Amino acid sequence: MIVADRKPFDEIMGMIESCERILLVGCNECVTVCAAGGAKEVALLASQIRMKRKAGGRPIEVDEKTLERQCDPEYAKSLAETLEGYDAVLSIACGCGVQLVAETCQGLRVLPGLNTRFMGVTEEHGVWAERCQGCGDCVLDRTCGICPVARCAKSIMNGPCGGSQNGECELRHDTPCAWQLIIDRLKASGELSRYGEIAKPRDWSASRDGGPRKRIREDMKI
Amino acid sequence: MTAPGNLERVLTSGGFAVTAECGPPRGADPESIRKKGGYLKGFVDAVNVTDNQTAVVRMSSMASCLILKEMGFDPVLQMTVRDRNRIALQSDILGAAALGIRNILCLSGDHQSFGDHPGAKNVYDVDSTQLIDMARTMRDEGRFSGGAEITVRPEIFIGCVENPFADPFEIRAPRLAKKISAGARFVQTQCVFNVEKFARWMEMVRDLGLHEKAYILAGITPMKSPGMARYMKNSVPGMDVPDHLVERMASVPKEHHREEGMAICLETIERVRAIKGVAGIHIMAIEWEEIVPDVVKGAGLRTRP
Repeated sequence: MIVADRKPFDEIMGMIESCERILLVGCNECVTVCAAGGAKEVALLASQIRMKRKAGGRPIEVDEKTLERQCDPEYAKSLAETLEGYDAVLSIACGCGVQLVAETCQGLRVLPGLNTRFMGVTEEHGVWAERCQGCGDCVLDRTCGICPVARCAKSIMNGPCGGSQNGECELRHDTPCAWQLIIDRLKASGELSRYGEIAKPRDWSASRDGGPRKRIREDMKI
Repeated sequence: MTAPGNLERVLTSGGFAVTAECGPPRGADPESIRKKGGYLKGFVDAVNVTDNQTAVVRMSSMASCLILKEMGFDPVLQMTVRDRNRIALQSDILGAAALGIRNILCLSGDHQSFGDHPGAKNVYDVDSTQLIDMARTMRDEGRFSGGAEITVRPEIFIGCVENPFADPFEIRAPRLAKKISAGARFVQTQCVFNVEKFARWMEMVRDLGLHEKAYILAGITPMKSPGMARYMKNSVPGMDVPDHLVERMASVPKEHHREEGMAICLETIERVRAIKGVAGIHIMAIEWEEIVPDVVKGAGLRTRP
């Protein structure tokens, strides 16, 4: 899923400083699961904004809405029909959702309420961690199901670097060294001899380095 | 083919090599490189110039190497893959070779979050092993990584680093094997303080026959103070400073800290020299280059081959 964090409250308040009526829009997908931008967070943020503005003597009207998927034009378009009288739309979806809403709500300011962080998993209740960078050329078959592109701070393909210690990445104690994990799995499956193979330089053109990406399924187009 | 550089000459002739590290200045002053070079002249076989070490911006390794070359040194150009992609790295290899800088040391580089520009974007297009392979292919096959032919091949002596003190320990010799099979001919290790562990690593290196395929230079760092010992132990990733050395540094009065650091340094050199397969030492006197002559003389290595 896409994992996001809410922007600092003061930053959000700064963005809507000049507004008197806004629509706060959440998304029912990833950001609901990672508790950043679902219906619950929409209600909470809307109350906070109203209270803060009221306390400052400049009340604001905040309407709430949560779309099934902000990254799907079917839902984003439905929003466009209900925007009469708003000064801005504050979206607390991921960056994809914010942009599709902005595309469909031409002429209206669409503001991001979240910082989109990464593609990841739920490690435990309340803890999410990065697992994939969408590099476009998956190597997990060669790395025992652990991604060195996303999980090694240096994306080293022939690791681990000289900073791996006690199973931890040199950057942070709470981040496991991806190559330690890979080697542990190679050992466990009796495949450590595979470690000797040198991984060749990657072709990053399938990644963001090849420019903005697009996927087209001609057979599905209407 | 031109004659090999001094470092390659010393190593291939079976001499015990002595190299030293030179950190470039945080400014555009060539004199500071010349001053550091002045301390080392006649005491070392090659001078290794760091590439924005600890991700702190300094004068470029290439420019500093050229200044040292003009002084008569055989410089070792450190190249990290942190700041440059394969286009820039290959371009710099050609540039270095054109300037007569023959020794290229390939390494990952410290992550930028440790330096003075933590908000910088890193590159890591290729890793250090891939850089070694790329440099070897340029030299031996006359091809760029992209496949195109090189008009004049770079004549270079390729090196790598390895940290015997990082984890997982059992992979540290096999990882060096990968770098050597990619094309590394000389190896600099992380600073050796834990000689017992280094000896165990060397045993694994010998078991794989790596000491016969590449020249291994043990990293040596003289300690100035107990504070430095503690800092390296606790705050530098991948550094292994045993407690007994920290205690030993702290056990002498302040005015004798440097003497004690020197004594530990010379003992370490003596012990690593006795380990089969160690082809030389690489002295990393961090911002203390002027001490290198004393280290070399004290270790009985003053007469350079």
